[in-house]
Amino acid sequence: MVKNIKVQVKNLNLWYKDNHALKDINLEFKSNTITAIVGPSGCGKSTFLRSINRMNELIDNSNTSGKIVVDDKNIYDNDVDEVAVRKRIGMVFQQPNPFPKSIYDNVSYAPIKHGITTKGIECDDLVEKSLKSSALWDEVKNKLREPGTSLSGGQQQRLCIARTIAVSPDIILMDEPTSALDPISTEKIESLMLELKKDYTIIIVTHNMQQAARISDYTAFFDQGEMIEFGKTDTIFINPKEKRTEDYITGRFG
Amino acid sequence: MKNNTNPFYDVSLRNRHAKTKRFKLFTYSSLIFSLAFLLFFIVDIGIKAFPALKQTYVYIDVTYNEKSMRSSRAAIDRKYKKIVSRAYLREIPKHIKQNPYLLNTTVKKWVLADDQVDQYLKGHYSKLKSKDKIFVDELVKSNLLKLQFNRTFFTNGDSKVPEFAGILSSIIGTILTLIITMLFAFPIGVMAAIYLEEFSKDNLLTQIVEININNLVAIPSILFGLLGLAIFINSFGLPRSSALVGGLTLALMTLPIIIVSSRAALRSVPNSIREAGFAVGLTKVQVITGHVLPLAFPGIMTGSIIGLAQALGETAPLIIIGMIAFIPDSPTSVLDATTVLPAQIFTWAGMPERAYIEKTAAAIIVLLGILVLLNSTAIYLRKRYEVKW
Repeated sequence: MVKNIKVQVKNLNLWYKDNHALKDINLEFKSNTITAIVGPSGCGKSTFLRSINRMNELIDNSNTSGKIVVDDKNIYDNDVDEVAVRKRIGMVFQQPNPFPKSIYDNVSYAPIKHGITTKGIECDDLVEKSLKSSALWDEVKNKLREPGTSLSGGQQQRLCIARTIAVSPDIILMDEPTSALDPISTEKIESLMLELKKDYTIIIVTHNMQQAARISDYTAFFDQGEMIEFGKTDTIFINPKEKRTEDYITGRFG
Repeated sequence: MKNNTNPFYDVSLRNRHAKTKRFKLFTYSSLIFSLAFLLFFIVDIGIKAFPALKQTYVYIDVTYNEKSMRSSRAAIDRKYKKIVSRAYLREIPKHIKQNPYLLNTTVKKWVLADDQVDQYLKGHYSKLKSKDKIFVDELVKSNLLKLQFNRTFFTNGDSKVPEFAGILSSIIGTILTLIITMLFAFPIGVMAAIYLEEFSKDNLLTQIVEININNLVAIPSILFGLLGLAIFINSFGLPRSSALVGGLTLALMTLPIIIVSSRAALRSVPNSIREAGFAVGLTKVQVITGHVLPLAFPGIMTGSIIGLAQALGETAPLIIIGMIAFIPDSPTSVLDATTVLPAQIFTWAGMPERAYIEKTAAAIIVLLGILVLLNSTAIYLRKRYEVKW
């Protein structure tokens, strides 16, 4: 498998008012890999994740400088619409947040609005395909009209993943997707991520070191708004260069 | 120290529990106190309004001819002069004109009796002379005069003759006024709330706007009447006393209530729903109309109906714009002069004739009934469309 550079972050800085939340971040994400971002609470890893699909712009008084280049185009260029960015760079959140609609509508809502599909058989196929990709189809195929909120937490999270891949993005951002779930649901989501890696580039923020070690190909360690260390997950976990990384990974702080 | 082996024994507890009991008693008695007032009010109004359900009718010959066209007194036997309602007699020429086949016939029928007779029959104070009272008693004995269901109250407008007065015109006026109010206040209020909650940035300007809107909720309603008078009647030249002006004035008053409650409803929609929408590349409009509004809808409706209920009971601003005038006819358009239920109650409450007491009470019951209906609708909507997650 050829691993191209999918996302290139160059000198990214971000301020919330006077708070310098991200300091000069430089990073590269390769296609069809899982990159884990780890670090203590408040280190800016979620902020960084949100700046990759411009979700940070929803917060008042946030200011970004630097470049995030996806497929040779800086997504912060003036001629790039953030809505188009978010369609190609999907996001899964910490708390499962299905729309208060039926399971079917949860998946089909955005594709219909984007004009990817129209109501009817075509849409049914897309819903089925997306739910199969998120390994939820067998559990919900007989109750597609029931509200998405009637599912269990783990199922809801997989529904959110199905909703994300229904608009066929290139990149999926995951913000601690399993921290609200029990170990069995977590295990399902993790194996799903390894499956999704074949088609998508995945960037995941996690607090769980074992999880990062289990599923990611690359790991970036953040602390106090800075990117401290980045490398292959094995290297970072077994043989970190930086003292701070080692301290955090071995549980001495954070 | 007592010889207490109980390891949970605490000296101070008795005192503390006694305090709790006293505190509970205070809260409980406050509740009973306010409920007692409410009960007293409802029972009192109910007892006063009950007689208005029935009205005295008398069974007599009515002669329709040329003479009674000119002077309707001629239509009835002289001895019934004090028994039959003046207002009924007044209507006879009009009645003949509308039904020409009646001319030169004599019809035996139940006709509306005078309010003094009515009050005498209901056992209230009456100005009837004693010989008239004896005559009335005779008629009652021979079953020619009795209390029947009071249709007039629901089919007539206001009248200076108490037995002829009804609430129809004020009910129609109320409905027209409230339709205008909702038509203007609801969309403008909800849209303004959406702007403030979903689009505006948190800066000094929006904070000032916010504080002002919150204060507007508490402004004495009569000031809105003055505002309506200045804008709609004096500047725009809209007809005074009309449902249009009344509705617009009440819309001004209801607007802040709708904005504040709609904002609260929008704010209660969890941000994660918005983020979920944005994360799949939906635009702001799609997120708001597709996901936020459906969730906020029950709250918005509840707030709007409560605002509407408040507008329904409002009298002061409508006095200023002339809806307190004596208006017997039902309005046929929003530009006609009209009155509304609370204004009608206000007018009747000031009438010297004792027969208006029961009318006033009955109109209050009708107004309360509509209010209860509106509030139940609000509760129903909230329960019905509430989304749980």
